[in-house]
Amino acid sequence: MTATQETRAEIGRDRRRKEDQRLITGRTRWTDNLTLPGMLHLAMVRSPFAHARITAIDTSAATAAPNVVAVVTGADVADEQGSLPNAWAITTDQVTPPHPPVAVDRVAFAGEIVAVVVARSAAEARDAAELVDVDYEELPAALDLKEAAQDTVLAHPDLGTNKSALWVFDSGEAGTGGSVEEAIAKARTDGIVLEREYRQQRLIPAFMEPRSVVVDPTGEQITMWSATQIPHILRFLLAAVLGIPESKVRVIAPDVGGGFGGKLQTTPEEFIAMVLARRLGKPVKYTETRSESLVSGHHGRDQWQKLTLSAERDGTVTGLKVELLADLGAYVSLVGGGVPVLGAFMFNAIYKFPAYHFACQTVLTNKTWTDAYRGAGRPEATFAIERLMDELAVEVGMDPLAVREKNWIRHDEFPFTTVAGLEYDSGNYEAATARAKEMFGYDALRAEQAERRASGDPVQLGIGVSTFTEMCGLAPSRVLGSLNYGAGGWEHATVRMLPTGKVEVVTGTSAHGQGHETAFSQIIADRLGVAFEDVEVLHGDTQIAPKGLDTYGSRSLVVGGEALVKAADKVIEKARPIAAHLLEASVDDLDFAGGRFTVRGTDQGVGIGDVALATFAAHNLPDGVEPSLDSEATYDPVNFNFPHGTHLCAAEVDTETGEVRLRKYVCCDDIGTIINPLIVEGQVHGGLVQGIAQALWEEAVYDDSGTLVSGSFVDYTLPSAADTISFEVDHTTSPATTNSLGTKGVGEAGTIASTPAVVNAVVDAVRHLGVSDLTMPCTPERVWRAVNQAKGAGQ
Amino acid sequence: MTKIELTVDGARVTDDVEPRLLLVQYLREKLGKTGTVVGCDTSNCGACTVHLDGRSVKSCNVLAVQADGAEVLTIEGLADTHDGDGLHPVQEAFRECHGLQCGFCTPGMIMQSVDLLAENPHPTEQEVRDGLEGNLCRCTGYHNIVRAVLHAAGGAR
Repeated sequence: MTATQETRAEIGRDRRRKEDQRLITGRTRWTDNLTLPGMLHLAMVRSPFAHARITAIDTSAATAAPNVVAVVTGADVADEQGSLPNAWAITTDQVTPPHPPVAVDRVAFAGEIVAVVVARSAAEARDAAELVDVDYEELPAALDLKEAAQDTVLAHPDLGTNKSALWVFDSGEAGTGGSVEEAIAKARTDGIVLEREYRQQRLIPAFMEPRSVVVDPTGEQITMWSATQIPHILRFLLAAVLGIPESKVRVIAPDVGGGFGGKLQTTPEEFIAMVLARRLGKPVKYTETRSESLVSGHHGRDQWQKLTLSAERDGTVTGLKVELLADLGAYVSLVGGGVPVLGAFMFNAIYKFPAYHFACQTVLTNKTWTDAYRGAGRPEATFAIERLMDELAVEVGMDPLAVREKNWIRHDEFPFTTVAGLEYDSGNYEAATARAKEMFGYDALRAEQAERRASGDPVQLGIGVSTFTEMCGLAPSRVLGSLNYGAGGWEHATVRMLPTGKVEVVTGTSAHGQGHETAFSQIIADRLGVAFEDVEVLHGDTQIAPKGLDTYGSRSLVVGGEALVKAADKVIEKARPIAAHLLEASVDDLDFAGGRFTVRGTDQGVGIGDVALATFAAHNLPDGVEPSLDSEATYDPVNFNFPHGTHLCAAEVDTETGEVRLRKYVCCDDIGTIINPLIVEGQVHGGLVQGIAQALWEEAVYDDSGTLVSGSFVDYTLPSAADTISFEVDHTTSPATTNSLGTKGVGEAGTIASTPAVVNAVVDAVRHLGVSDLTMPCTPERVWRAVNQAKGAGQ
Repeated sequence: MTKIELTVDGARVTDDVEPRLLLVQYLREKLGKTGTVVGCDTSNCGACTVHLDGRSVKSCNVLAVQADGAEVLTIEGLADTHDGDGLHPVQEAFRECHGLQCGFCTPGMIMQSVDLLAENPHPTEQEVRDGLEGNLCRCTGYHNIVRAVLHAAGGAR
């Protein structure tokens, strides 16, 4: 073996994934695959009305249907079903309606559960659900966000208001910057003031695996399998809400088919399955249909964003004021109220704004509840500021990248405390931008754009820029505490050396497509000097991984990975005295590298696997040393981390049809140290398409009566391979200084960055025709109308 | 109930089924072929794609009784159709090119890709994209799926 082979680091290698074998051969464990003896099936009866009083429910026909075991209404379980939890009251006076899993006397959105049928087969349960006869008295529904904020129609009449919470940050009051009002007043006399309003449409996470839950109440412990991102949080909240001792509840997230925040929830269906399994003493299963998923799983985004930006005439920004309305939907979900608050720290983005004011009013409506969707608060903020920076560039007659550079934090200014109060540890916006421009062929595309404009080509070319950053790696527990969040942000890991030399790694994060089994194996292989193949990563079962805070907010690697490193280091320190004893050497004379303890200055050594075997046998250990190398660590991050990148999009817009076609998309992201480049690129690609889909295609649309029109994949239009293009992705590396691996999160980056890049490109293509804004999604109809209205106005 | 007889992944099976039972339900619930999954109710997503007499179909859109007398191939039997050990070249290409993340769409995506390449062994990128239009993926942005199919096509050359 050559020296280079011996020392070849796993970190940085594009290892093929350990997860793939089972996934490409169909030997997977999705929750819906489970069948247990005597298992019963649930079907939900859902409200067709957005807001109605339940006046009567006749369950007799359903109860008499073949193989129906029970039909349960909200009234039947009112005493035991509890109220679904909200873990983040963003203000102490937040208005939070109770949220019974099965509605008892009133429904607050179309799709809410009003009764549950339990039968011996799923088909019989669904057939019988059709026979449940519910009488409703329809009530006026609060559907439009702006109108709901006026309290003219109440989503929950008992509350007396739709306004849930008002969350405010002001840099003058916080001492992190000046007064926005002064900056704006000054700019009105001798500078520039831009006032814009942007709409963040309602989106649906639309993970590919529909949610499914199985509960087995037999035995001492109740076991729940669920297609969830958060088995640990779910276990805690099931116990806390239903009054079951936590030690009696085991939650397993087996193979989980995507989440994107959509499975960061404790759902009515999970609570109902738990209550009914306990009541009936039998295993139960519920798997939603896609239509149920789209109408009742939480939605994302849905904000109105009002922005006022002040600047000097040379393009230097002097202040930013943000006023948001955020639609909670019918209930305040697990972290729903907090999603816009996560965005509050990001409107200032990569820039040195001297003054900043943010206010967000969360509002209840009679629509599906909203909560985290990939990026959660940060895509909204990034969209608004990156759209606005383009408008500023137009106003002052500068290139959009030049106006950004004028305002961004220079590389030599890091670490930098922002006007929102965060300390950005590292970054290099100049390097990422230079690389992206080079990859893009920026100047050539600008030249082509000029030519097409000059020739009046019906297909115009637009170039869109987005220089994003985000805060991720949720999160330092103290910060979460100061924001009134209900839990901490630490992560837990266990590393066990098995006597055969294999290593079992247990993480409290819960993967659902991210590739933790592979990336975490690489980290441990390097740290312990063992083979990549010898590491087994276990997760997603509260009995196997008893402690953890799960996967969301680009936290698994930067928080969970660091916990792994700390646990592995403890293993090495526990092995050291045993190795010294075996080598008959002093502990102080031992070095550890490449999986071996060696006696300094000699060729004597012992591998960590041999130490593990000797520890297992325990025949010859030093006095007072415990016969175990197993170690655990809990890590609480000291700061968020701040990936950034420059994204450039070229879009062709057919001015005669309004159709938008992506021509080229390049990005250069800085996510610090990369563990596995293959996985990172995959995360970026997928993120890009979700963000592009917000820009061009996706929207959850309601009709005037509050029915979700886009309630199937026919109408909620996820992009297909035929709609998208291949991307050019590269990286610069400014390692994070706040964790030992130097990593930054990547799970949300693509989604956060791409939406404004695409919309900026589309607007850029038609701006010379008189169009200065477009509402998302930029459908052909909207683009065509905007172009034609501008033409009409110009005549 | 209607009696059906068919071959699934090389094995002869016979069952009495309800006429309304979908092929995908038959595969999953009667035969335990849970490698084939259901992602939507409207035949948009293609997660349930299998081969019926050598052509790809969305098995949520076929009744079990329509498969009477047919040969059905699922992701679980795909590797066995390939001469040699181990994975089918398209499965191998999906792993090699990181053409999957959560893996839920993957069985359908692979079965559709095999069909696409059978029809057009040397597709262009656009032909791959058009050929996969009926299969949705939410994780990969399709970039690496397209790369995987092109990789498999190159490998077969």
